[in-house]
Parts: sequence; structure tokens; C-alpha cells
Amino acid sequence: MKRMHIKKLSWLRLSVLAGSFAFLYLPIVILVIYSFNDSRLVTVWGGWSVRWYGELFHDSMIMQSVGLSLFIAVCAASAAVMLGTASAFALARFGRFSGLNGFAFMNSAPLVMPEVITGLSLLLLFVAMGEVFGWPQNRGTSTIWIAHVTLCTAYVTVVVCARLREFDKTLEEAAMDLGARPLKVFFVITLPLITPAIAAGWLLAFTLSLDDLVIASFVSGPNASTLPMVVFGSVRQGVNPKFNALATIFIAIVSLAAFFAGLLVASRDRRDAQVRAAMKKREAEARQAAQP
Amino acid sequence: MFSKLLHKQGRWLVLAVPYVWLLLFFLVPFLIVFKISLSSPELAMPPYSNMFLHDGSTVQIVLNFENYLALFRDSLYLNSYLQSLEMAAISTLICLVIGYPLAWVIAHSEPKLRNILLMLVVLPSWTSSLLRIYAWMNILNTNGPFNDVLLALGIISEPLELLHTNTAVYIGIVYNYLPFMVLPLYSAIMKLDHTLIEAAADLGARPLKVITSVVLPLTKSGIIAGSMLVFIPAVGEFMIPELLGGPDNLLIGRVLWQEFFNNRDWPLASAVATTMLLLLVLPMLLFQRSQNEELRAEKK
Repeated sequence: MKRMHIKKLSWLRLSVLAGSFAFLYLPIVILVIYSFNDSRLVTVWGGWSVRWYGELFHDSMIMQSVGLSLFIAVCAASAAVMLGTASAFALARFGRFSGLNGFAFMNSAPLVMPEVITGLSLLLLFVAMGEVFGWPQNRGTSTIWIAHVTLCTAYVTVVVCARLREFDKTLEEAAMDLGARPLKVFFVITLPLITPAIAAGWLLAFTLSLDDLVIASFVSGPNASTLPMVVFGSVRQGVNPKFNALATIFIAIVSLAAFFAGLLVASRDRRDAQVRAAMKKREAEARQAAQP
Repeated sequence: MFSKLLHKQGRWLVLAVPYVWLLLFFLVPFLIVFKISLSSPELAMPPYSNMFLHDGSTVQIVLNFENYLALFRDSLYLNSYLQSLEMAAISTLICLVIGYPLAWVIAHSEPKLRNILLMLVVLPSWTSSLLRIYAWMNILNTNGPFNDVLLALGIISEPLELLHTNTAVYIGIVYNYLPFMVLPLYSAIMKLDHTLIEAAADLGARPLKVITSVVLPLTKSGIIAGSMLVFIPAVGEFMIPELLGGPDNLLIGRVLWQEFFNNRDWPLASAVATTMLLLLVLPMLLFQRSQNEELRAEKK
């Protein structure tokens, strides 16, 4: 009777998982399969082929925009990591200070702010700045960079802040008590401990910047088109198998990165478990030695 | 003494750099949007009138409320606000209904499997959302795979018109935002004290009663955080209704885009943005509060 109950439950669990993951992954699988479709009509199967990959790499407009997007993403992620880590440090370590609530709000609001509002408001700021300070005269790479840094900083802050709250503050305090300067404590104790979170934040910022269509469309000028802007412009007219190929390349890179990140985390967990086991053993030995 | 001073200065610097950046590029822009929403459109570059008129020694401030009046006068805007709120609310509910069981099952799996499942939920959002919405354009096509399967199974006799309908927009929004719902729900469920569920069951509460009076109230912070992470951006969503919705589907994000890019009416677009922001202030404060509660709970 009881076993039946468990079986029924696990059947229910399995169907929840199967249903959810089918919903999340079937579109991606279909996209990948159709990227190898020889037919020009996206919906008709014409046999296996890689011709769309060839066409993709020969499309100079797409290739140029890939270069621009990667450049902006790397620059934006790097700046966002610095600003975000500083923000996270202030939020997690400075206790209460005047203006904390406003600061916390400005750090979390970009996470949910509709993109059209962020995009429009930043564009109007750039226009006003151009009139008052004479910069920026032309919008383009630099204005997209500023917009992306602002957006990505909020995400980096969340990731790094979670890590800072998680780990033992006593390590920092011990170093401080032993006379280490704050800057030294940060670089010797704190930074190595939050490096995985900073790396995760950088990657998140990188993908966000690479993915952004709406904000970039508002703040860009006529000479700077990022990859999502080019893709959107032509997808709007209808589907084109080229973009199946582009999406497949994206998916392949992300899957590989996720696979290696998974390996890295697994090996770290194993090492942590070993260290913990060794410490337990030593503790037990010490306790035994202390006993008369 | 000197090192203490350095310490204080360092602290100040760590706070000041992101603070100034966010003030300049996040807060000030909204003030400018508000200012421009009170000007009138002009055929110039930039296409709006100057609010401050210099007349020798006096400065006149000209405020134009016409843009806000237009929002109320023309039913197009009112309808699109209502439609946006409705679609965002229904999408949030669907995400919750799909996401809650998923988060629950993941939280109750073995620890090793748990991490893999969680990663699988997040993984799609690491690829371009534009390309994932594009995938649905392929699938929902009149002679796309979705209709092919339904036709082959004999469920329908004629292909369904799905692309460029509101159904397609719902599918797109739920698909895009589901991970943002699952993550906060998962962390709330992980913190749930299971002895309370057992206690309620031992005291004779039926499963439904346990869910409504123990499980849901105790995971409330996750439900609020997840719902706001879906609802707020969904209200202003532009890309999904533009690519998957029909021409009559005028969500407010799309209206703002058209006013700005097609009609080049910057003041009206600014008024649309300001009104949208006012609508979203309450949900945003709710989100902020749930975040703060999370922090306080962790500190205990």
C-alpha cells in the first residue's frame, strides 16, 4: 500500500519534470535540427546540409555586428564586475548607512525595469548631456557600453552579494585583528573567496549584454548595429534558416561552457568534501589524544 | 590614525563610485523623461520644445500637460495599458502554476540531481532570448512542426493559426520568464521546515488544507519575488508581442516603441513611460520588500 503511494508520487514527479523540460528544450532541439535543413522553406524538410552555416559566415553585416557585440559585451561585463563588486561589498559589509535604502533600490530596480523605459530614459539622458556638455555628439558603441554597464551591474551585485553574505566573516575579522590593512584583507582573503561569484557575474553580464535588443536600439546611433539589432531587423520580415544556424552556434557554446562549469563545480565540491573529511579526522584524533 | 583615515576614505570610495554611476545613469534619466513628458513635440533635433523660455531678464517655464491628457482621451492608450496589465498578470499566473510544481520537485530531489536540474532550468536563458523567441516563430507557423504533429495525431483537421495571436504571446512570455519564477520559488521551498507539514498532517489537516495554510504562506516570499520578476518586465515587454503577436496586439511597450521610433513623438513616448512607471511603482516596492525580507531572514 505504502509502496504504491510512493510509486504514484514518483510518477507524478517524473511527469512534472518531463513536461517542464519538454517545454523548455523542445523549441531548442527543433531549432537545432532545422538549422541542418537543406530547404529554403523553414517548414519543409529537404535533407541534411550545412549550407546555412556557410551563408551565415558569408553575411558580412552579421559578422560585423558579431564583432561589435562581442567587443561591447566584454567591455561592459568587465566594468559591471568592478562596479557590481563594489556595490555588493557596500551592501553586504557596510552595515546601515544613510541612503542605504535608496542605494539598495537603485541596485535591484534595474533587474525588473521594463527595457523600453530604461532604453528611452538613457537615450534622453545622452541627448541632454550632448546639449549641455557637448558629449556624446554621436551615439554608438560608447553609449551602448554605458547602458549595458548600468543594466549588468545590478545582476553582478546580486550574484556577488549572495556570495559575500554566505561566507564566514570571521576570516576577514581575524585578518583585521592580526593587523592587516583593509585593502590587504580584501585582496588576500575576500577576493579569492568571491572569485567564483565574480566569474559567474562576469559571464552573466556578458550574456546579458550580448542578448540585449531593446536598450541598444534606443541608445545606438546609425553607425553601430549590434547582433540582436541586425537579427531583429531581418527576423521581423519573416523567418530565415540562417538564424537557425546562428542560434545553434550560440546553443553549442553555452552548452559547452555549462558542461565545463559543471565539471569545475563538481571537482571543487569533491575537494571541499575531502578537506572536510580530513578536518573531521584530525579533530577526532585531537579529541582522542586529549583524553587521559 | 592615518590607516583609520585611509580606511574611512576607502569605504567612501567603494560606495561612491557605484552610487554616483547609478544616480547618473539610472535615477537622473527618469527625471529627464518626466521633464520631456511635459514638453511639446517639435520638428527639430531633438524633437521637443524647450521648457525654459528666456525673455530678456525673465525665465518662463512652460509646462505642457497635453501628452498626459492625450493618454486619457484616446482609448488606444487606456486599452493598451489594460491589455498589458491583463496579459502580464495571466502570464505570471501561468508561470506560477507551471513553476511551483517544478521548483517543488527539484527541491525534493537528491542533492546531486538537484544541482543538475536547477542548471537545466537556467541554461536556456543563457542563450539569446531573441533567438529563442525566433524558435517559437518557426514552431507556431501555420505549416510548422506544432501543427504538423497535431495534424498527424488527428487532433485537428486544419492547421491552427497560432503565430501572430495572443496565444503565441502568452507562450512566448511564459517560455522566456519561467526560469525567473522557478529560482526564487526553489530557494523559498528549500528553506521550508518540513516538520511543520508533518505536524499539520498529523493533526488531521487534509492535503489541500496543508497546502493552503502551511506550504503557500511559508513560501510567500518566493511567490512574491518570482511573480514580480515575471510581472514587472512583462508589462513593458516589447520584443515578444512584436515578433509573436498580431498587429492588433498593442501592448504598452510596443506603443511606446512606435511613438518613439515611428511617430518620433518623444514627449508622448516619455508620457507613456512615466505613466507605466507609476503603474509599476507598487509592484516594484513589493519586490524590494520581499528582497529585504530575504536578507533579514538570512541574517538571523
